[in-house]
Amino acid sequence: MWREIWLVCRKDLIIEWRARVTLIQIVPTVLLVLVVFAFALDANPSLLGEGAGGLFWVAVLFGAVLGAKRSFDIEAEGGNLDALRLGGLAPAAILWGKAAALALQLVLVGAFAAAGLLVLYSVTVHEWLLIVVAGLCGMAAFAICGTLYGAMTVGLRSADTLLPLLLIPVAAPVLLAGTRAFDVALGTSADQGWSWTALLAVVLVTYIAVGWAAAGPLLEDA
Amino acid sequence: MIETPEPDLRQQAQRAGSLSMTGSVATRALGVVAIAAVGVMALLALWISPPDAVQGDSVRLMYVHVPSIWVAYGGFVLTAFASARVLWRTRSGAGGTYGVIADRQARRWDRVAGAAAELGVLFTALTLVTGSLWGKVTWGTYWQWDARLTTTVLLFVTYLGYLALRRLPAESRARARRSAVMALIAVVNLPIVHYSVDWWRTLHQEASLNLEPGGDRNITGEMYWTLLYSWATFTVVALWIGIHRYRVLRLEELAEEASLEELLAQRRDEQAAGR
Repeated sequence: MWREIWLVCRKDLIIEWRARVTLIQIVPTVLLVLVVFAFALDANPSLLGEGAGGLFWVAVLFGAVLGAKRSFDIEAEGGNLDALRLGGLAPAAILWGKAAALALQLVLVGAFAAAGLLVLYSVTVHEWLLIVVAGLCGMAAFAICGTLYGAMTVGLRSADTLLPLLLIPVAAPVLLAGTRAFDVALGTSADQGWSWTALLAVVLVTYIAVGWAAAGPLLEDA
Repeated sequence: MIETPEPDLRQQAQRAGSLSMTGSVATRALGVVAIAAVGVMALLALWISPPDAVQGDSVRLMYVHVPSIWVAYGGFVLTAFASARVLWRTRSGAGGTYGVIADRQARRWDRVAGAAAELGVLFTALTLVTGSLWGKVTWGTYWQWDARLTTTVLLFVTYLGYLALRRLPAESRARARRSAVMALIAVVNLPIVHYSVDWWRTLHQEASLNLEPGGDRNITGEMYWTLLYSWATFTVVALWIGIHRYRVLRLEELAEEASLEELLAQRRDEQAAGR
């Protein structure tokens, strides 16, 4: 199973390395969202600083929607999913392989977005460890949720419009907990940052459990 | 496990065609009970229960607002449970095949999931509307970016998405399984909505009833009993509507299959006449 997961993950990463869609399209879009927020808030430094944690997660969530869509677009063309299954790969291996590849791409997106916060919003990080742990948990949760919904909508004619509608509200727990953890790490809140990170971890574990149960049903019918 | 096919579809479809209503003696009786219960609830909520010392008469909205969200939670939990049953009944090892669901139990649970989610959405909408009216009276505004309000809206939109997914044209098995997975993910939001008032600094008041052992009640006396009675009434009303929605979903499926059967029969007749 692990070998199959690695094969699918590597395939997606190789495709990404050749096409560079994440780097050339998704990362700039996420940075653009951060810039547009600055327009919307009239480039008010205090407002941007206070809301930096939330703006980071909103921007990354948009990136996750784009990444999840892209992840299954490459499979929808030419019936690649069927080919993968005919190749003997277990549905769970396909799903987890794709989720792992998307998670790695989102970590890249998150790193650029975090750099964007530091440069554009002039924020100061008080707890780097909290940022890293909460960030990784959040990216992984977005990736699993995005992969599940990507698999759910793959091949549907209205997938482009349906995926954001389905994914954004469901990913809200990650957005909320991630924002709170980042607020603490950036020193804009005196809340319990690690408690929020624990909630992120709980949501992540829940998504993993649902993913294990759902891989078969989703990919058999995709 | 071998899937049990539905009995003769044509026969079922003919039965469905002959039905012009989704009612039965039992549901009519339930309907009468539901309407009478709503009448008594109106009496209790509007006249017998006293106004609140702080909120005045606006507290009466609570008798609709709180039970609606409880019923909505119940609907969403039932959707998740029914969805788990759908996935279990259609799993590969259970003899699942592509295309139409043959297993009768799976079809029933899928309809239960659909009907319960519709009820959940309906009662969540009622919660949002009554909450908004209460907010106008108490906070002076229809809407506040409050934790519970925001998470409730997200819950509402999540299940609207679920209903949108159910409506997409697809083979019944694929649609049922896909929707079931979404219902299981969506139900994760429920505890977040419920505990949002405890977790976040919020304008929304704490839970009216603390159901934990030894928990305090924020209301007592006639208000407490009226609230409990309203909850029971809303449950009966939801059950009544839910049974009808379940039957409508079943009739829709049968009508869809009947029209296909009729077309196939027509085609066979044409071929026979052509010979």
